[in-house]
Amino acid sequence: MLEWRRRREPSTAMLYLSPLIAIALTMLMGTIVFTAMGYDGLTAVYDFFLLPLLEPQRWPDLGVKAAPLVMIALGLAIGFRANVWNIGAEGQYIMGAIAGTGVALATYEMSGWWILPAMALAGILGGMAWAAIPALLRTRLQVSEILTSLMLTYVAIQALYYLVRGPWKDPDGFNFPQTRMFTPDQTLPIVIPESLVHLGIPAALLIALVTWLVLEKTTAGFAVKVVGLAPAAARHGGFSAERTTWITMLIGGGLAGLAGIFEAAGPFGQLTPQFPVGYGFTAIIVAFLGRLHPLGIVFGGIVLAATYVGGEIAQTTVRLPQAATGMFQALLLFFLLATNVLITYRIGLKAKPAKVAP
Amino acid sequence: MSDAILVSIIMTLVASSTPILLAALGELVVEKSGVLNLGVEGMMLCGAVAGFAVAFSTGSIALGLVASVLAGIATAMVFAVLTLSLTANQVATGLALTIFGIGTSSLIGAGFVGKTIERLGPVFPAALSEHPWLRALFGHDIVVYLSLALVLGVSWFLSRTRPGLILRAVGENDASAHAIGYPVIAIRYAAVAFGGALAGLGGAYFSLALTPMWADRLTAGRGWIALALVVFSAWKPGRLLLGAYLFGAVMTFELQAKAAGISWIAPEVLAMAPYLATIAVLTMMSLGRKTGRLDAPACLGKPFSAP
Repeated sequence: MLEWRRRREPSTAMLYLSPLIAIALTMLMGTIVFTAMGYDGLTAVYDFFLLPLLEPQRWPDLGVKAAPLVMIALGLAIGFRANVWNIGAEGQYIMGAIAGTGVALATYEMSGWWILPAMALAGILGGMAWAAIPALLRTRLQVSEILTSLMLTYVAIQALYYLVRGPWKDPDGFNFPQTRMFTPDQTLPIVIPESLVHLGIPAALLIALVTWLVLEKTTAGFAVKVVGLAPAAARHGGFSAERTTWITMLIGGGLAGLAGIFEAAGPFGQLTPQFPVGYGFTAIIVAFLGRLHPLGIVFGGIVLAATYVGGEIAQTTVRLPQAATGMFQALLLFFLLATNVLITYRIGLKAKPAKVAP
Repeated sequence: MSDAILVSIIMTLVASSTPILLAALGELVVEKSGVLNLGVEGMMLCGAVAGFAVAFSTGSIALGLVASVLAGIATAMVFAVLTLSLTANQVATGLALTIFGIGTSSLIGAGFVGKTIERLGPVFPAALSEHPWLRALFGHDIVVYLSLALVLGVSWFLSRTRPGLILRAVGENDASAHAIGYPVIAIRYAAVAFGGALAGLGGAYFSLALTPMWADRLTAGRGWIALALVVFSAWKPGRLLLGAYLFGAVMTFELQAKAAGISWIAPEVLAMAPYLATIAVLTMMSLGRKTGRLDAPACLGKPFSAP
């Protein structure tokens, strides 16, 4: 018989191996599920996970999808470390895009280098403002930030619909529910000529690096860890849980807001009702896949970006519905959470009671 | 206001309250056992799609309802294995369940988008169910009456029966319950399964009764509102009923205002109403008490592993 045995100390090897085991199990499960549904399971899984990583011509697209995921996940991971469960990043992402677009529409007839930084700043502030509401309610009134941040996502989506169908509708847009296209001064510059690679991709990498340095090398980063792991010790050590909630929520909201305006000023070039694609939720998976570690999150962002790019490939090659991407992502998160157990437990043979000869 | 309009408002109110009442009642039992399952929305969507798929292919609404309950239990079991047996983080696993439900329901539902079925009909004969004003009482479908009976049943179970007392003990102090000899994990498995069954049924109410048609993400965040309702109810079934019907009223207002063509409020602002109301209610609940989480089961959300 097999049994679980608690390890004397958590396994470092498993800490890094278990995400890879989870990915392997997801691929196996995906093959089974899609074959059972009557698709070519092996091809589907190959196209989903491996093709986007193996074909260099897909890498720019991979980067474009990974950049917002990484940015949002970095902010979320800081909060998760401190036990602050901001799950409304999608709403903060939308609000960032709305605030930044507000600047873009106000500066429509102007030109200058300062417009894009102003939009980015507005994006950060928009995301922060949206995250400040759950932060305020949590710190002042102990209202669960889980529910409020999520409710605000639905509010943000309706606000977006209202703006693009009403006051912000492009006057020259044949009545389509979308804003004006951004001008070249309002659009993210392309860093590798003739490709999709925009400024947001190096920016995401840079933010990951800075986050890593701050979390590992500064007292502030240490405070976040302590508040999450041992709230009582943190209070004793003079780290305020309230301040940590505020800081982590604002950083999370700010980064989600920045990702939002980068997405609007980059791949979209305007706001449309199709703008929210769920990056804010997928980023939660990215944060866990990356073990809440900034550099791990870059890896996690690329893997989840591959499921988006791969989902598009599999739509044409094996006619898999687009929704398969979401199911794949959820399977990955399930297996990640399940394989976590390997860090603190190991599987061993149960010692048999000695048999007495008859 | 004429009687006909009043009766139709009551009908809408009851119908829109029922799915959140069911889902929230299930979650209340789950939380009473000390488990926080944030995956209500995901379980509802799985129930909704399973119910619709089965009702559409067999032509039987009853079979659809049964399928939705089974689908809800099945998804809840995924959560139970991860959090109770493998001690995974309950918040993260609940979120995963919701993402899973969204993905799976739209994958399975892809072939059903826009397809319609015959709506779940009233229980009582036409003389009662189509009577101009008696239908406010007798014109509802079986699930409505079932949900009300379940409120009574759960209330009685938790406060008057021995198993109910044990379930509450497990939620309040898992270590002591274990020490006395109660199977903590098994009891929590049962509670999570019950929560899944009711969430699945609540989800199916959307696809089989409210809008007998398949649309992607048709529950539109009602699972999250159900979670908030449990907080609002202070974990008491009676208050949960009141809360669910209050939310039903907010949603009825949204529908009536849209139907009446009120133009001074944008439809998007009306659509925000249930979510803003949820935040307002959660805030008022907190203002009304002196210390935080006064009524929550003491072990809510904490993993338990037998020493």
